[in-house]
Amino acid sequence: MGDPIYIADSRDVRSVPLDGLTLIYHAPSGMTHIVAPPAPEILEALDAGPADPAELLRRLRARFEFEGEDAIHARLEELEASGLVRRG
Amino acid sequence: MKEILNLQIGPVAFRIGSAWRAPIEALAKLYEGYPAPAGGIADFTVRLEPEKPWRRFVRPSVAIRGDYILPDAAPLPLSLGLLAAEMGMNLQMALGQKNWLLLHAASVEKDGRALILTGESGAGKSTLSALLGERGWRLMGDEFALLDLDSGMLLPFPRAVSLKNGAITVMEAEAGAARFGPRLVGTPKGDIRHLRPNDEAIARMGEGAMPALILFPRFGPAAAVRGVGQAETFMRLTQASTNYVALGEPGFNALTRLVRGVPALAIDYPDTATAVGLVEDFRQELAA
Repeated sequence: MGDPIYIADSRDVRSVPLDGLTLIYHAPSGMTHIVAPPAPEILEALDAGPADPAELLRRLRARFEFEGEDAIHARLEELEASGLVRRG
Repeated sequence: MKEILNLQIGPVAFRIGSAWRAPIEALAKLYEGYPAPAGGIADFTVRLEPEKPWRRFVRPSVAIRGDYILPDAAPLPLSLGLLAAEMGMNLQMALGQKNWLLLHAASVEKDGRALILTGESGAGKSTLSALLGERGWRLMGDEFALLDLDSGMLLPFPRAVSLKNGAITVMEAEAGAARFGPRLVGTPKGDIRHLRPNDEAIARMGEGAMPALILFPRFGPAAAVRGVGQAETFMRLTQASTNYVALGEPGFNALTRLVRGVPALAIDYPDTATAVGLVEDFRQELAA
């Protein structure tokens, strides 16, 4: 079985950078999250459309220096737990 | 309801009803000079009622009721009826206010610049704001700061200042006896005495001001000042807000605009004179 596809509904989200961190208001849940890099970058990369971790890594590495594959899985799991991304 | 008082405090109109005369009389005296609500329609209703019907006469005990109630709000003895009325007004604001972002904070204004003082209970924000209110600043409120969601302006809510224990003595030296309510002894928070804000604070209760500085005061062994980052300020202000979550996205937008546009400082102070001095220094820096 391949990796899941992840989706971020950017229309549901308002984000505001605040000294190195990013505040994210998630409209469907009404929750506010304070996130550190690379979470905002991952959400931004998912703006271009749903992606599996490998594709996401390609998008991120086109713009940033990004650590290994383990990190992206861990960050996606955290974002999924917070409700900011979901599996397609 | 036998006894009724209508009261305008800043932009909010209250209707306070009581089964007893004494709390309403005390409240009317404390809020002498406050305008009656225009149009006569109250935003919030507070009712002081006997806990049980027969307890109006036998060991009277006041239950606070209103549009919004806390199911476990403990009844108070009738001697603390004034406190019950004040608590009732605070409760209605904290639970029911949807027009503004409500910050559990004191605020004062000078030269059109508003200072927000927030911190945990006992940090001294009531005392400090009351003191600044007698030293050339305009007291906007000691308990709640109302942040307008669209304009980002801070609106006054100058209810009577609730002074506790040592703060009572500090303020008795500053303001005339006629502005004080009775000393309420043996409340759940110790001794409490209410102070009516001065005439300027009452006359200008309809006049907002743009926030210029956020302060997190705290009693400490020595005077100290440190900058507080925007993310930390945001987090602390969401904790200080009673309706941030209920407001949803407009609350998020208003609060992010506030913390991005206004600097924040944490101050430690060993005594109120030091704190007033620090605030004056900040004012001069802001004006420069």
